[in-house]
Amino acid sequence: MSLTHLQRLEAEAIHIFREVAATASRPVMLYSIGKDSSVMLHLARKAFYPAKPPFPLLHVDTTWKFREMIAFRDQTVADLGLELIVHVNLDGLEQNIGPFTHGSSIHTHVMKTLGLRQALDKYGFDAAFGGARRDEEKSRAKERIFSFRNAQHAWDPKNQRPEMWKTYNTRVAPGESIRIFPLSNWTELDIWQYILKEEIPIVPLYFADRRPIVERDGMMIMVDDERMPLAEGEKAENRLVRFRTLGCYPLTGAIDSSATTVSDIVREMLTARTSERQGRLIDKDEAGSMEKKKREGYF
Amino acid sequence: MTALASSVAPDTLQDYLAEQEAKPLLRFITCGSVDDGKSTLIGRLLYDTKLIFDDQLATLERDSARHGTAGEEIDFALLLDGLEAEREQGITIDVAYRYFATAERRFIVADSPGHEEYTRNMATGASTADLAVVLVDARQGILRQTRRHAYIASLLGIRHIVLAVNKIDLVGYDEAVFADIAGEFRRFAGDLGFATITPIPMSARHGDNVTTNSARMPWYAGPTLLGHLETVQLAGEDLGRPFRMPVQLVTRPDQDFRGFAGQIASGRIAVGDSIVVAKSGRTSVVKALVTADGDLSSASEGQAVTIVLSDEIDISRGDMLATPNDRPQLADQFMAHLVWFSTEPMMPGRSYILRTETDSISATVTGLKYQVDINTFSHEAAKSLHMNEIGVCNIATQAPIAFDSYKDNRTTGNFVLIDRLTNATVGAGMIDHPLRRATNVQWQALDIDQNARAALKHQKPAVLWLTGYSGAGKSTIANMLEKLLHASGRHTYVLDGDNVRHGLNRDLGFTPEDRVENIRRIAEVARLMTQAGLIVIVSAISPFRSERRMARDLFSDGEFIEVFVDTPLEECAKRDPKGLYKKAMAGELQNFTGISSPYEQPEAPEIHLKTAGHDPGELAAQIEQYLAGR
Repeated sequence: MSLTHLQRLEAEAIHIFREVAATASRPVMLYSIGKDSSVMLHLARKAFYPAKPPFPLLHVDTTWKFREMIAFRDQTVADLGLELIVHVNLDGLEQNIGPFTHGSSIHTHVMKTLGLRQALDKYGFDAAFGGARRDEEKSRAKERIFSFRNAQHAWDPKNQRPEMWKTYNTRVAPGESIRIFPLSNWTELDIWQYILKEEIPIVPLYFADRRPIVERDGMMIMVDDERMPLAEGEKAENRLVRFRTLGCYPLTGAIDSSATTVSDIVREMLTARTSERQGRLIDKDEAGSMEKKKREGYF
Repeated sequence: MTALASSVAPDTLQDYLAEQEAKPLLRFITCGSVDDGKSTLIGRLLYDTKLIFDDQLATLERDSARHGTAGEEIDFALLLDGLEAEREQGITIDVAYRYFATAERRFIVADSPGHEEYTRNMATGASTADLAVVLVDARQGILRQTRRHAYIASLLGIRHIVLAVNKIDLVGYDEAVFADIAGEFRRFAGDLGFATITPIPMSARHGDNVTTNSARMPWYAGPTLLGHLETVQLAGEDLGRPFRMPVQLVTRPDQDFRGFAGQIASGRIAVGDSIVVAKSGRTSVVKALVTADGDLSSASEGQAVTIVLSDEIDISRGDMLATPNDRPQLADQFMAHLVWFSTEPMMPGRSYILRTETDSISATVTGLKYQVDINTFSHEAAKSLHMNEIGVCNIATQAPIAFDSYKDNRTTGNFVLIDRLTNATVGAGMIDHPLRRATNVQWQALDIDQNARAALKHQKPAVLWLTGYSGAGKSTIANMLEKLLHASGRHTYVLDGDNVRHGLNRDLGFTPEDRVENIRRIAEVARLMTQAGLIVIVSAISPFRSERRMARDLFSDGEFIEVFVDTPLEECAKRDPKGLYKKAMAGELQNFTGISSPYEQPEAPEIHLKTAGHDPGELAAQIEQYLAGR
């Protein structure tokens, strides 16, 4: 019997997970709570069944995530009995770095990129799984499944290791590391179809609901807590929306939608005319913005 | 996807998705020379099949105005060239992967770079592809890169070629130009073993024959590119092939469960089937096929499973489970085609790490049979392989590995070579066949071993490996050290680099290739001598880190003691006991270490002897002390 499309993607991801577990000395899975992380975690559990995944989860918390995300994160690790490491960049916290005061670019760099680097160094992780997909963005389309980083966590896009067949070179010197993307060959639609088929739990923010929304720069921002400053006369309005991707709430735009089930979302996806990263403010800061972040150590 | 979707009624969503999922997958690459329009072609393909989102299109229009090379029009290449350096230079550096589907099939396309410098990235894309679209600029005809890419495609096992004769608009849609190029391509690619070669005249920029037949070429009656991609006959998975599963890891969550996890490389397996463990030859029976979705009664190519056997037998990562009726090869010597990626040339005799899908082992290229000339495909004699060169060689591994011929199995017949120091992937290989001598020469087990011999001598065997510049004082120190050890009743031998060159290594010169072989032989002899129970003192310049590492790997932990005889080059040149520096500086001596050939200093030697201000006797005593303290 020939494998279906999703079965092929699943088998490929499982193979990748096992290669890393068998060769890395200290692997970790970056868990960002979004739909891709949910799928990645599901696959990791399948890869090592009946054993548990032989690595902890790491969440680099910018302290600006939606509250529902944090609740979902804690529930998930409790339900599955997994080890979770939460890391916050305390230097950034001390300087009160935030998206409203410092802008998306500085906020993301300090709280996410630097925070991630701190965490990897602190625990000495030499291999880190990430949920990035090649269909998300142009520079990601160029990245290997096993993406090598030097001791400064930097990515050199002009000098990537050849990646032949599925014979991966997993060797690194002390201090160096590899980022591994088991979902490289998945598209956004594949992710949703897989969530539908496997009934994978996801954060409720992906489903439509009435939420307090303020419009800024053409994006619908949800007022998730009192830290969001409202301009004079500005008032949150309850609108029926959902999120296509999840990040820091001040940087993530909602979309008008009435999709309340995964089936609804898949149906909506099939007629979508815009890409998912359109709702992410951090990609638009400057040209080649994602590649720049990645070279600095962002996922 | 989008174009089809609007017609989906809610109640048929499940059916629709099931149908989408069952579509066959075609993986293809676009390749060819620089500026033949590869990225533009894929951009056009995505655009015409309406697979570009509105916001991406808006970005593209903006970028085209800024970076574009297509004048007023949309520059489709900018959809693919995602790296800053690529956009600035208007070239493709690395492979971009794109995913799309039509009513007939799913596609993964790898857009690969045309520059010779980035051949490794093209090979990366080709290694997993079923079909290659080789582009040719109609004005330029077949170029060197066209031939190289066609050859690499065939080498990596790609069965189908589309010859896209692009920019046909720029030669006035001339049928004769198309026919000439197609004819020339068929003549040279005829011997490369492709199942199909399909030439198509097209203009990626204007869309002729990409997704719709062009009205401007009434003389062309063949398929469009997309039409061909949707219908070309694929071999598919042949489940009749013998069962193979490289073992990735042993899953052992508790005392009661022991399973072997892997992805089935070929064939089919069912509960109750017999299997053989390739390396040990032990057989067993499949007791269960475990997955997180429940146990299976059978599984086949491509599936990731965990196999539980009826017997407790020793199996670890790097081994392979196979059908006992048709076993993989097990050998420590084989012939292979090798593509070289590194700026550091491949040198026969140098030790690399060979990695198959799950096995990893020390290996050396024992002989380079020939190099392939990319233009004529003829075989040329060569001493080493440089970046982007392709050769056929014999390879020896430290212990036998399990494999198949690449032509029989792309998964179990491939390997990569990794540099021991930088960990870079320096080459990729496709195994042809095991060497006869490997299968016929067995290890003869001997009853008296190294420990027994050493015990009789009341000593612990070791190799003291003295490295440093010519004239650093290695031989003098070695000589004094041996006298010290001899006086205290130790059984020793000095292997002196110069002396060995008079006999065992008299056929070797001083080129980098010969130096590598020189050290390999000295290391092997030193190994035999330690096995005989001796304390061996090697005195050899041994300038390259890789070879000293290779030598170290021949010995058990603590047995190999690297001694860096650290005398500054200026001092050595001043001493010049053999008058060699004078000759080298006058240009009379080629490849002289320190002058015209590099010396790579040891990074972490067990003993670092700074010779300045110390006499050789003191230094020898220092080594003796280290030995005594072991």
